[in-house]
Amino acid sequence: MAFTALLANKMRSLLTMLGIIIGVGAVIAMVSVGMGVKSDVVNSISSLGSNMLIVSPGSTNRGGVRGAAGSRTNLKYDDAKAIKEKIKNIDFVSPSVSRSYQIVYGNQNWNSSVMGVTPEYMSIRSLEVSTGSFVSESDNNKRNRVAVIGSTVATNLFGTTNPVGQNIRVNNQPFKVIGVLESKGQSSMGQDQDDVVIVPLTTAMERLMAMDYVSSVNIQVSDANKMDQVQEDIEVLLRQRHKIIGGKEDDFNVRNMTSLMETMSQTTTMLTILLGSIAGISLVVGGIGIMNIMMVSVTERTREIGIRKALGATFQNIMMQFLIESVVIGVIGGIIGIGMGCGLSMLVGKFGNFTTVITPLPVLVSFSFSVGIGLFFGIYPARKAAKLDPIEALRYE
Amino acid sequence: MSNIEKITISLRGIKKLYKVGDQEVAALNGIDLDIKEGEFAALMGPSGSGKSTLMNILGCLDRPSVGSYKLDGQEVAHLSDDMLARTRNQKIGFVFQNFNLLSRISALENVALPLVYAGVDSDEREERAMYFLEQVGLADRADHQPNELSGGQRQRVAIARALVNDPQIIMADEPTGNLDTKSTKEIMEIFQSMHEKGRTIILVTHEPDIAVCASRQLLVRDGVITRDEGKGVVLDVV
Repeated sequence: MAFTALLANKMRSLLTMLGIIIGVGAVIAMVSVGMGVKSDVVNSISSLGSNMLIVSPGSTNRGGVRGAAGSRTNLKYDDAKAIKEKIKNIDFVSPSVSRSYQIVYGNQNWNSSVMGVTPEYMSIRSLEVSTGSFVSESDNNKRNRVAVIGSTVATNLFGTTNPVGQNIRVNNQPFKVIGVLESKGQSSMGQDQDDVVIVPLTTAMERLMAMDYVSSVNIQVSDANKMDQVQEDIEVLLRQRHKIIGGKEDDFNVRNMTSLMETMSQTTTMLTILLGSIAGISLVVGGIGIMNIMMVSVTERTREIGIRKALGATFQNIMMQFLIESVVIGVIGGIIGIGMGCGLSMLVGKFGNFTTVITPLPVLVSFSFSVGIGLFFGIYPARKAAKLDPIEALRYE
Repeated sequence: MSNIEKITISLRGIKKLYKVGDQEVAALNGIDLDIKEGEFAALMGPSGSGKSTLMNILGCLDRPSVGSYKLDGQEVAHLSDDMLARTRNQKIGFVFQNFNLLSRISALENVALPLVYAGVDSDEREERAMYFLEQVGLADRADHQPNELSGGQRQRVAIARALVNDPQIIMADEPTGNLDTKSTKEIMEIFQSMHEKGRTIILVTHEPDIAVCASRQLLVRDGVITRDEGKGVVLDVV
């Protein structure tokens, strides 16, 4: 019966459904884009290594004028060694320094950031070496002039030649290439993570950069639940070592990558909710469209209602007849909307520069929402129809 | 003593009052009426006499303000809307001047409609609707929509619909008002044969030559029944 009535006004039913179709489609497409962004961010943060604490020097303070964060020079290699020895629940400690240099091979040159690291850097950043080997403990102890290069550097300097075993010049000093890193692609901040040259920490500090301090220490904690405890222990230890007493400010910062991840994923969740609720508004507008058309339909069919009532239709019979019609609009519109939304999000994923993730939850929620909207916005017109006085309705022209 | 026949309709002191501004106007002003089972009564009266209001109350479409209405021994004057709907469905068959068929469904579906609300399953609905379409001679038009039928045919579909739930009473409101003479004759023949089969019929009309077919003629004027005659008398409405 509901289908007969809807088919009798094909164009009108379709237009009414369009509101729901667009609403459901928009919710699914928007939420899938939002979830895509979230999964991108989470992936790129966890590719930096999980359970990470980063210790960096504080800012300089000369007569009240503060320098940039990390501009102090009092975070030493020995601090990193002390952290490793004295603090429990730590897997790896990796101090590092970095600076930009021109790298030369034959007649090719390339500007890249050179990092001095200990062998533990490889595990902490989950790096892989595609050919050759990584910086070893003995390289670090002997201050060897060896380098592991990122794939971007390899392509730009060597083209198709195998770089392993070749000599490059960094700041006019010869370094032997011992390995090439597996490509990691772009970071979430748009940095090319493959545009890097890695050398032993001691070599970098003493032979290349002539500095007696490190620019940061990465620490991997063995258990995510112990992060806060370890962070506190490190702060206490470093204050001791740097002889900071009482209420004086720390001359270092310990940052927690987990909290960064939490913040980022919170932000992207907010973004998803925002996108979803904007799309949700169009769903509600679609519902009002249903109500509108059902009101018109009730007025138009006043006589039909009168006839049905004269023949014995009760309040409930008429109510159900109109409710089913509006719910059917909601259901069909919802199903088409799911199709459209999924299709749209796949298109965006394929042709736009977005990752899109379709999960069953927004699909289910928006579908049941569209059915609910059909029901909710159908109640008023259906009641209006069911309450019509049969005599009045029969007299209606 | 002479009255051992069953009384189908019994009205006592029926009044219908409407408020117009702060004045009360009585559309019906004290109607007492008994209609026996199997009677063919014609209800006549000029427009504004209250015959439509009386018809609505008899048809359980409306309730009286005051008074008692027993239909088939059961008091229906103050039933709820839904109870009235059920009563209409089971005890009354309507035939209207303008047919009142649903235009988007077939003749067969139209005839079967009261059975939908009576809760009869679809196979039996179709079977019974087909039987009554045959009775009015329209079996071959079962799949046609009302707008593909002539006026006389439409009214015959409406009569089949009125009969389909086997009601005690047929209420006909000017059933021949929109029909030509030939169709009028056909329709009146159907009413006659229903009457002969013992069904109670109440026919509202203002045409004296239609009313004479009835076994009893009632004249309504200013909300009361002013004349109550047997067959054969020609009442002048005006």
